[in-house]
Amino acid sequence: MIVYILKRLAIAIPTLLTLIIASFVLMHVAPGGPFTAERAVPPEVLANLNAKYGLDQPLWKQIGTYLWNVVAHFDFGPSFTYKDRSVNDIIAQGFPVTLTYGFLSFITAVLVGVSLGVTAAIKRNSWLDYLAVGISIGAQVLPNFVMAPILVLIFTLALHWLPGGGWSFDDPRFWIMPVIALSTSYMASIARITRSSMLETLSSNHIRTARAKGLPKRKIILRHALKPALLPVISYLGPAFVSMITGSVIVDVYFTTGGIGKSFVDSALNRDYAVMMGITILLGTLTILFNLVVDIIYGWIDPKIRY
Amino acid sequence: MALLDVKDLNVRFATPEGEIHAVNGVSFALEKGEALGIVGESGSGKSQLSFSILGLLAANGRASGSVKFDGREILNLPEAELNKIRAERIAMVFQDPMTALNPYMRISDQMAEVLMLHKRLSKRDAVAEAAHMLDLVKIPDAKNRVRLFPHEFSGGMRQRVMIAMALLCKPDVLIADEPTTALDVTVQAQIMDLLGELRRELGMATVLITHDLGVVAGFCERAIVMYGGQVMEQSPVDPLFAQPTHPYTRGLLGALPRLDAEVAMTPIRGNPPNMTGAPKGCPFCPRCDFAEEICAQDMPALTQFTEGRARACHRSIETIEEAAA
Repeated sequence: MIVYILKRLAIAIPTLLTLIIASFVLMHVAPGGPFTAERAVPPEVLANLNAKYGLDQPLWKQIGTYLWNVVAHFDFGPSFTYKDRSVNDIIAQGFPVTLTYGFLSFITAVLVGVSLGVTAAIKRNSWLDYLAVGISIGAQVLPNFVMAPILVLIFTLALHWLPGGGWSFDDPRFWIMPVIALSTSYMASIARITRSSMLETLSSNHIRTARAKGLPKRKIILRHALKPALLPVISYLGPAFVSMITGSVIVDVYFTTGGIGKSFVDSALNRDYAVMMGITILLGTLTILFNLVVDIIYGWIDPKIRY
Repeated sequence: MALLDVKDLNVRFATPEGEIHAVNGVSFALEKGEALGIVGESGSGKSQLSFSILGLLAANGRASGSVKFDGREILNLPEAELNKIRAERIAMVFQDPMTALNPYMRISDQMAEVLMLHKRLSKRDAVAEAAHMLDLVKIPDAKNRVRLFPHEFSGGMRQRVMIAMALLCKPDVLIADEPTTALDVTVQAQIMDLLGELRRELGMATVLITHDLGVVAGFCERAIVMYGGQVMEQSPVDPLFAQPTHPYTRGLLGALPRLDAEVAMTPIRGNPPNMTGAPKGCPFCPRCDFAEEICAQDMPALTQFTEGRARACHRSIETIEEAAA
């Protein structure tokens, strides 16, 4: 097991390296640059700027310098757009916010989604099932850029319950709408996957054996059906967790939360190479990490999987 | 009074294509300690019959009629009441030991939960008893292997585990649904020997559901032959094999490969019936060499013709025996 984890972490290094080089190259291939502006900058100024940020160097040298700074100094460089801020600062400021509402969204989506899915499956074709399926379809087809303004309309403008935007780590009222807006569609997917996989599990032979043992329904669900039914949910949760804790630009824009979702999109639009690379590496690392976590959980649930 | 008394049992499944009539008006009685075989080909309704007794039908299945166990009506009892009978008094062994055991749980946990539920044993005692039971079904090194997962056992060993699990509460009735179908021939014989031994030791009545006439001959005292969800013939085993009185039973016996006879085996022509919709006439009629006009119109009643033997056929025993001669 330990050996397996170490092996997977070792494989992560070339994966990340490939990710960095590929995105670095793609970024520079894209037309425009960090200092392209509506009003043409005098060529001398541009040359100076490029020299200051090392953009006049050949690409391989730029990549080399960048990698060296990241690995040796954990320094992701200065932002090209915000002159006085480093990428480390931007991530350090935005990521805790994103992580907070993202993690809460994850918990919400899993708890509500799994409960809805399980309820729908065990009360199949009852009004509860139809209600649960209805909710999850509704949640799925309602995109968060539609949901966010509706939430603001109801909870801020009509009811005056919640602040319409901004962020505070001390006041949970700021968290509620971002979490609802972000978690809803994930919750719907989780409910759908849980329901169909639970239905499949409940019709399997070993569940009939459990019934023949005289076990009460609750025990059959909790002890015999939940584990196998959750396997497909768990493989969905790995990538879903990463995209939730790395936030959403929609949430950041509508609720002015100041998370890194907005920084990521802004950096791409502004050709802010350093910020974009920094967030890409963060996402990549988290993705690799949580895929590993999913695989470990799989091994823990399914005894046939041994690493 | 019979230990298990099944009267006019019907099982229906609602499907988008129509209602499936899996079991139609089946009646039989099982005495204490008796071994009864229920024989029929795939789709004859024999498995669904056994599931319906313990209320284990799939969600779209409905059973009607009467099943009396120890004098008490148990068909369609509420789950909570059925749960007191399941495993504790009537236990089941299922067809496919590869899928019938929970692949995500240790054998010890799967077995112990039965004893903890019905016998109120502590976990430790329950696991010890489970290991003892594995020992009884001749699983070597049971004490240690009880901690393993199902996939760590071979098919035959898994069926032994299944049997041990069913016998944990020393039930009055064991229903074995094709217990050897998924196994190798050599392993089949071992499992049937084991079942026979345990049956004698524990004195439990057994319903053996199978398509294998050889297994019935070796194991059962009495047999019911089912076709299209209905009983075709019912008889003690010896006369059933010596003098089959129903064309379907004769067809089944004729389709067996034999070492002692010069005659080649002859399969029954045609295909099993479509079970959708209410049956009309004798279900075997389209495949029967003795069929007459009335056979397609009217299902003959199961009628006793001698002590302990009954048949459901419009044609006389003489007609059928003449053809054999």
